[in-house]
Amino acid sequence: MTATATSRLSGLPDSPADLRTFLHGLPGVDKVGIEARAAALGTRSVKTTSKAQAIDLAIRMVDLTTLEGADTPGKVRALSAKALRPDPADPTCPPVAAVCVYPAMVPTAAAVLAGSGVHLASVATAFPSGQAPLDVKLADTRDAVAGGADEIDMVISRGAFLAGDYAHVFDEIVAVKEAAGPAHLKVILETGELGTYDNVRRASWLAMLAGADFIKTSTGKVPVAATLPVTLLMLEAVRDFRDRYGRQVGVKPAGGIRTTKDAIKYLVMINETCGDDWLHPDWFRLGASSLLNDLLMQRTKLTTGHYAGPDYFTLD
Amino acid sequence: MFEYAPAPESRSIVDLAPSYGLFIDGEFGEAKDTFKTVNPADEQVLAEVALASPEDVDRAVAAARRAFAGWSALPGSERAKYLFRIARILQERARELAVLESLDNGKPIRESRDVDLPLVAAHFFYYAGWADKLKYAGFGSDPRPLGVAGQVIPWNFPLLMLAWKIAPALATGNTVVLKPAETTPLSALFFADVCRQAELPPGVVNIVTGAGDTGRYLVEHPDVNKVAFTGSTEVGRQIARSVAGTGKRLTLELGGKAANIVFDDAPIDQAVEGIVNGIFFNQGHVCCAGSRLLVQESIAEELLSSLKRRMATLRVGDPLDKNTDIGAINSAAQLARITELSEIGAAEGAERWSPPCELPDRGFWFPPTIFTGVTQAHRIAREEIFGPVLSVLTFRTPAEAVEKANNTPYGLSAGIWSDKGSQILAVADKLRAGVVWANTFNKFDPTSPFGGYKESGYGREGGRHGLEAYLA
Amino acid sequence: MPKSSKTAPAVAERSRLAVRKTYKLYVGGKFPRSESGRTYLVDGDNVALASRKDARDAVVAARAAQPKWAGATAYNRGQVLYRVAEMIEARRAEFAALGVAPVEVDAVIDRWVWYAGWSDKVAQVAGGANPVAGPFFNISAPEPTGVVGVIAPSSLLGLVSVIAPAIVTGNTVVVVASNPQAAITLAEVLATSDVPGGVVNILTGRGAEIAPWLASHDDVNALDLSGVDDAGLATELERAAAGTLKRVLRPVSGVDYTGDPGTGPMTALLEIKTVWHPKGF
Repeated sequence: MTATATSRLSGLPDSPADLRTFLHGLPGVDKVGIEARAAALGTRSVKTTSKAQAIDLAIRMVDLTTLEGADTPGKVRALSAKALRPDPADPTCPPVAAVCVYPAMVPTAAAVLAGSGVHLASVATAFPSGQAPLDVKLADTRDAVAGGADEIDMVISRGAFLAGDYAHVFDEIVAVKEAAGPAHLKVILETGELGTYDNVRRASWLAMLAGADFIKTSTGKVPVAATLPVTLLMLEAVRDFRDRYGRQVGVKPAGGIRTTKDAIKYLVMINETCGDDWLHPDWFRLGASSLLNDLLMQRTKLTTGHYAGPDYFTLD
Repeated sequence: MFEYAPAPESRSIVDLAPSYGLFIDGEFGEAKDTFKTVNPADEQVLAEVALASPEDVDRAVAAARRAFAGWSALPGSERAKYLFRIARILQERARELAVLESLDNGKPIRESRDVDLPLVAAHFFYYAGWADKLKYAGFGSDPRPLGVAGQVIPWNFPLLMLAWKIAPALATGNTVVLKPAETTPLSALFFADVCRQAELPPGVVNIVTGAGDTGRYLVEHPDVNKVAFTGSTEVGRQIARSVAGTGKRLTLELGGKAANIVFDDAPIDQAVEGIVNGIFFNQGHVCCAGSRLLVQESIAEELLSSLKRRMATLRVGDPLDKNTDIGAINSAAQLARITELSEIGAAEGAERWSPPCELPDRGFWFPPTIFTGVTQAHRIAREEIFGPVLSVLTFRTPAEAVEKANNTPYGLSAGIWSDKGSQILAVADKLRAGVVWANTFNKFDPTSPFGGYKESGYGREGGRHGLEAYLA
Repeated sequence: MPKSSKTAPAVAERSRLAVRKTYKLYVGGKFPRSESGRTYLVDGDNVALASRKDARDAVVAARAAQPKWAGATAYNRGQVLYRVAEMIEARRAEFAALGVAPVEVDAVIDRWVWYAGWSDKVAQVAGGANPVAGPFFNISAPEPTGVVGVIAPSSLLGLVSVIAPAIVTGNTVVVVASNPQAAITLAEVLATSDVPGGVVNILTGRGAEIAPWLASHDDVNALDLSGVDDAGLATELERAAAGTLKRVLRPVSGVDYTGDPGTGPMTALLEIKTVWHPKGF
């Protein structure tokens, strides 16, 4: 790892051995305890006015995502349009935070989103496996930014991480961050492949130390995606990281969040773990696709007083 | 700012009568005197309840005695089916009973719903299964019931303590006369109704409501064969004295002043949760509460700031609000005791801290509170406060932690937080306490024996061990 | 006071003057006289008459010895108890000379052997894993309660039947014995059998005088009243024991010490400790 990369924050570990010592010196995570805490937060009852407020906030936090081999310009244009006006029937409904697509689709989305304030995120770095040479990953990143993406969702090399080569992962993040230039860097830990909560905490800190603007749970392409306990752990990590280094990092759970009820559980978790400072689309995102329609249906239920049906919402 | 709108559980699910009599021999009957039970969250009267006289207790014991012959002669498999039936009815009526418990006790509905009631039903379900397997329990090939059990329970977990008492007593073929606490009589009376629904034979369970005198008369009754008490060490002492020489079997589950030990290698976020759960669960009205936090000096500052940040998210207020974490203190008397000991803590030089929190105008409330700079010499480090008040002490080495943890006449429970297995096992070994929670706290299960060392009492409740107290 | 009960043989009949044994207390592995300086005559022997201060000293000795004894491996404690049986076997004549019938000595020896074998089994019988409804390792295991005050029955078999079950699990005892010569002879066996000093402490004297001090002593964890024949005294002692909520073994009338003792005498002096730990990675 390079001296320049580590000098950004003071008091950072400055050799691979130090980095290892640092990451393994982080407090352990007890699985049963963190899962019990996440479950307890999940029992919060958010109703009426709080629910309305939570739904709008959740919509504003959505990274509306399509990451399919079958994505076409038409599909991406439709999705981008939906991002701008999720509920065409209700002008009070806010836009989502961002659209998230593959690099090849960035120019298409950019054409729709330009000037709207809705961000354009692109997965890069040989998403989802990350199993490609560094120069390919960097080119991937530069292309996406050049095409108009202002947010890059990179994947870490889980293989290197699990092999204990933390410096390799660190250096890659630093390099991608540099390649991304002005774009915000979200670092996908792929927590479903890390195996333990202790690893999730270490990977979170590793990504933050290397310069991540956001840490993100998952690609959505492995069986276990975002979970409440994993997100809780990452929220604790960004909270503690800011306490220690003064820099705020965002969190993005992605994959498997489909219902309003789930989304609200995440908001409750932010509220009672990090507090207000993270309750904003700049600091928390929900990587999702079908979630948006459920949020819209629940929103309609609150405004009209009767239950909504899926035929009344666009399927883009 | 994300505020949660009020989310009250409906109390209409509970149909409260204006007054309740005594449940003796399968019937509710009147009593000469009555007393009122109030909702500690708003001081409103919930119902009038019979104050059992000595004659009433005599009648209840006589009914239990009459029922004993038939009940103890039933095949275990038949007794089991009654208990299974009770367990099922409790599950079906869980929401109603949870709301009732929160109304009478002041505990948050989240706890009565998610902890008390599930454990109550599970306890009956567990002991039901023992009723026809007693000869395999390790207490001889032909274990016999003792007779009539006189049982006196506290107000902190009214229905759960009832379950801990009644389920093993009935499974083993004993009959019972149970006195619920003066401030929380209602769930026991609703349980009487559950017994009727289950068509439990009359006299097998009798409920006498009243105050301390009623309880004293019950445990001193000459025709009671077995006394089981959960409550304060002081009353336990009196009961042990009064039972001396009578040959009555006695089990006592009394007070505690548990040490919750946090080592520098603890899983810190879970430790903070464990500390909060240890002392603020059920408003700290828990005999096994982790009321003494022993934190390794090297991480004390960091841990305390995490703890304070966490405490600031605790929601104090309406017990029936589904988002309430800390409900009402059970009674004016208990509030006075907590207040007095807290004032003594401050006067003795400990530093007091509570998060900003607005307390309701009516009812009995106490904010979650921690005292730092506490030493072993402080009264708040020695006496059971039985409220949401945590005393924080520090230690330097594991040996010092063990020494401080054990330096108390109590010995009910203890907590250990560390990521190092050998350290956990060594400390668990050395702690003089009946329940040791390592990297967790305040966990209960019907299969897991619970009870104290030293002045925290004797006998175990729960598990195979819990049968012993009711078998000859 | 002279040994007045024995008639002195005429000088001419003496071949060699016997060396008599002095029956003293057994405290902390030593044989001290009573701090009170008192003795009483039993079958012509001056026997130390223990005082409340001797009881106090014995509790100190028992407390000091307890952690290490409890910390010894169960296997080790079993071996020590078995060694006691061996030593009694070798000293049968001494007990016979005190009037203990050979059949009782047999039973005494066999009782030590029976308890020796229990040392590493009782925890398995009295403890176990609990199948709690959650991701927790949950285990209950017995531990010794600590220091036990024992008012012992008068027979040697009775005495052994209250000492052995108490100490086999790691308790230490302060015993008030009412058969002083046999009890102190047993103490001599214990002192030469690898039983650490302080694990068994034997006071000879009047139970009614010393027992209340043990019953009310704040540093005694349990009280075994097996040898208390007076129901009034037993009640008084049980009441005093309530002061610190001691575990009390009440006297049972007509106990036949030759019968199978069962596990009760051991388990009554055990505390069940339940340990929880989460499971997960």
